[in-house]
Amino acid sequence: MSSTIANRSSRSLIVISSAFVLLWVIVASFPFLWTLWGSFKVQGDFFSKADWTQALTGTRTLIETGGTFTGKGYEGAWVQEEFWRAAINTFIIVFFTVVISLTFGTLGGYALARSGHNYSFWLLMIALVFRAMPHITLVSGYLLPFFEWNLWGHIPTAIIVLVAINQPFTLWMLHSFFLNIPKDLDESAKVDGCNQFQAFRHVIIPVMWPGVITTGLFSFLLAYNDFSVTSMLLSEENRTMVPAIYGFLGSTQEEGNVMFAVASVVSATAPLFVLVMFFQRQIVSGLTAGAVKG
Amino acid sequence: MSMTKLSMLGAAAVFMGTTAYAGCGVTSGTVNILGNDFAAIQAVAEGAKQCAGGGVTVESNLNKDYRDLQIAALTANPAQYSTVVTTNAAIVPLIGEGLIRPLDDLIAKHGQNISKNQLITVDGKVMAVAFMANAQHLFVRTDILEKAGVDVPTTYEDVVAASAAIKAAGLMEHPFATTSQTGWNLGEEFVNMYLGFGGAFFKPGTAEPNANNETGVAALNMLKALTEQSNPDFLTFDSNAVQASWEAGDLAIAHLWGSRGTGILDAEGSTDEVVSNTVLVSSPTVGGGSTPASSLWWDGFAIAANVSDEDAEASFVAMLNGISTENVKANNDAAVWLVEGYQPSAASAGVLATATGGTKPYPMIPFMGLMHSALGAELSEFLQGSESAEQALADVEAAYVSAAKEKGFLQ
Amino acid sequence: MRHKTFLWFILPSLAAMILFIALPLVSVVVQSMYIEHEQVLVVTENCGPFGCTQESSVDTEATAQLRAEQPLGRFAGLATYFDRGHLASSEVAEAWANRESLGDFFAELYNLPFYKALAFTLTYTFVVTPMVIVLGLLIALGVNRLTPALKGPTIFVSLLPMIITPLIGSLILFWMIDAQGVIGKSLQWIFDDPELSLKASPPLTWITLIVYGIWSGAPFAFVVFYAGLQTVNSDSLEAAMIDGATKWQQIRYVVIPHLMPLAVFISLMQLMDNFRVFEPVVGFSAQANAPSLSYIIFADMRSDITRFNSAAATSVLTVIGVTILLAPVLVRTWRDFKGKAV
Repeated sequence: MSSTIANRSSRSLIVISSAFVLLWVIVASFPFLWTLWGSFKVQGDFFSKADWTQALTGTRTLIETGGTFTGKGYEGAWVQEEFWRAAINTFIIVFFTVVISLTFGTLGGYALARSGHNYSFWLLMIALVFRAMPHITLVSGYLLPFFEWNLWGHIPTAIIVLVAINQPFTLWMLHSFFLNIPKDLDESAKVDGCNQFQAFRHVIIPVMWPGVITTGLFSFLLAYNDFSVTSMLLSEENRTMVPAIYGFLGSTQEEGNVMFAVASVVSATAPLFVLVMFFQRQIVSGLTAGAVKG
Repeated sequence: MSMTKLSMLGAAAVFMGTTAYAGCGVTSGTVNILGNDFAAIQAVAEGAKQCAGGGVTVESNLNKDYRDLQIAALTANPAQYSTVVTTNAAIVPLIGEGLIRPLDDLIAKHGQNISKNQLITVDGKVMAVAFMANAQHLFVRTDILEKAGVDVPTTYEDVVAASAAIKAAGLMEHPFATTSQTGWNLGEEFVNMYLGFGGAFFKPGTAEPNANNETGVAALNMLKALTEQSNPDFLTFDSNAVQASWEAGDLAIAHLWGSRGTGILDAEGSTDEVVSNTVLVSSPTVGGGSTPASSLWWDGFAIAANVSDEDAEASFVAMLNGISTENVKANNDAAVWLVEGYQPSAASAGVLATATGGTKPYPMIPFMGLMHSALGAELSEFLQGSESAEQALADVEAAYVSAAKEKGFLQ
Repeated sequence: MRHKTFLWFILPSLAAMILFIALPLVSVVVQSMYIEHEQVLVVTENCGPFGCTQESSVDTEATAQLRAEQPLGRFAGLATYFDRGHLASSEVAEAWANRESLGDFFAELYNLPFYKALAFTLTYTFVVTPMVIVLGLLIALGVNRLTPALKGPTIFVSLLPMIITPLIGSLILFWMIDAQGVIGKSLQWIFDDPELSLKASPPLTWITLIVYGIWSGAPFAFVVFYAGLQTVNSDSLEAAMIDGATKWQQIRYVVIPHLMPLAVFISLMQLMDNFRVFEPVVGFSAQANAPSLSYIIFADMRSDITRFNSAAATSVLTVIGVTILLAPVLVRTWRDFKGKAV
């Protein structure tokens, strides 16, 4: 009796929850599908101030280019404006930022997790306060010394700044992750005659990957999407994708090319699609392993 | 121009292209250009780069955020950039901090071809060389005005009346737009209107604000009358938004930057009906004044103080090559050039008409930027109807005073 | 772990943070307590393409001398913190003294830039954070019930709002909510109001920004909760089922307590990020109706004359604000920490 009620209610629950997930999937993906579709139109259709259905039908695109789809935005961004340079710079910066962040973060996070002293707690707290600092203020403070010491504009400078800005979050995540790896593991290694670093190397490193990958993904997103650091600290030839896209939008007095921006937004999101597709199992497993237990 | 002259010019261009540094007349030095990122400045930077070769290197960094970089970049010694492309607003802090050098000796040596009106002088010393001009002016749709039975407006009072007539005739719901986005754009609109009414922002010879007066209230009320003819979203309108609306045929009258003229008059993004009926005319006068209610802007280059004389000279010569008559001719439609050899086009008609009408230049006053920011931040409540004009202007003055005290202009 | 070993492990991380965050932070705090030198003004004749005018300008030499004497500027203590652009102590006191009613006082307060920004920032933070947690949990529960074949693609799509650059993401949505745009038109049709515009009125702008905040924040909460759900002890769920607990009761008494630590982590990060909300304000051109604290900092830094001291003071106030918001969570973490250490 009670089980049939439970079944019936669970059936309606399934319907409701599936409908809810479907709704969410639509809400989450609609702006992307819209932008993807619109990136193959001309500006008149993308904004379609006259009638929004033109964005679907491509009325202006047909008039201006002779077809309802056009690759002009992509061609303009990638060929004419050499967006590929920005893409290469982005990948260099993101790669090194993630690798260095994780190296520093694993060592530091491990130490914080294994040290019972009060100062390790205060270090974590201070790191949190550091994270609260608005980036734009920090970056403006760097400008003069960087120009004085001729450090401004170079890719390594941007990398080390991004690493530093990422550290508080990386430390927090990895610290909580290491807390969930039983202390006995490295303790027993130490009893066997290893010093702390050897214990870390032989015992901890093999089991830490899920947490590191998850943290790495978050630092990847941070570096990949960064605007304030990269727009202010990099010279023109070292510019990354996000400031380049922003540059396509024009300024008060000068017209930009919005379709280049739209096409590059889609292009810049594409590697992330691949990345999430590839790593989604790891993100989840890393989190499951306890990387975020507060 | 005779055939021989033409061929000589051609030969000169070829000559300059092949042995560039000889053509530029410098043999050594490092040139590094900082500037905004748009077509005209890209063309100038490209022209300057033709001087590279021999002992001369020319590099550029064109960035939309150049204003945020220029102070720090030129304060460093040696400065990261030997020359900056700047405007009448952006140059003020450079002069105030002593980061750019007087150009008189360089002009005496190399500047025979610079016309007198390109020189930006402060206290008798040339601090920059201007090469292009810009201003906000009216864009009108003659077909719509005709249908509504009104003439092309020459005063803002006419603009309001014409917009009302278009609305009454049922042609458009919101016929007017200007760049009224809260922040810099809205501040600029007030500056234009206040200058049009003949106002002065500061008490003479001091940094004391002088905006909360009858002129200020009149300027605000005119702005409000205009925004009432505009789409209710007007506080989000930047140049991109106004241009897009114009190209979609949603507007009949707009007060917009002259530099947008080329984009609006080309066939891309708009229907033939809109393009063929768009006319660029002078900015209107207001309140019975005689000069258009707009402000004139120039873009020009300045040379850093903290670089060697050799680099300064190389930079000056390279930049002159960037704004040479040949280069300007090759990029004629990219801007309203102030350089000899420029051929005015339909797209520049509005800026030229506004300039010849005696419009005032945007004030090159050290604390104008603070006033501009205060205006941009404090006027939106009045335009939305939740505050009186007097209160808005009092807020502007209070915000300005606290900023000016912090920057040392007021005690 | 011994102090020395600890130091070696933490050194790279600590060095990076000290060099690039702590030292600049100290310099920001110091600079917020200084104001610039008195500028020596002279009237000069300035000429340009559009004629000559008599204008004020800075006497560079005289000012340079003052500057050389005191490179940091004039010491002002906390004066900048209490001026009109920040805490506005005298304006607030005056508004309180002259108040006709409490509403009148708050209206006066709202007219001051810092408090206007604070009002939006706090509202945004306290609406978005719980909504993100609730929505994230619901999505996680929903996705968890899907058949395995559907799970992968759904997770992928659910993460989309998080992975796009906020500045660009908000700009794209801004174009879509335009009165002529696809979302704007749909809303006009739904509410049967052809004049409806999300950009014009302050309340609608607030709602738009908040909805955007929830949309872009939910995936983070979702992915964390989803991972947490994988570790729910199936024994305790079964035990609950045998006891006749409904699905709802199972969630209420087994799942939610299990996910509590994760909720704490999410609220920690979300509170902090939402308090610094900035990109949507610029992307949605919402600075008129919904300025945030970070936007004020941005406006000070990116105007014709950079006001670093003022921006520094607002930044320090932001950091203090975040610390106050996080205090309850921090206290909890401290207790956990002591508990673990014992």
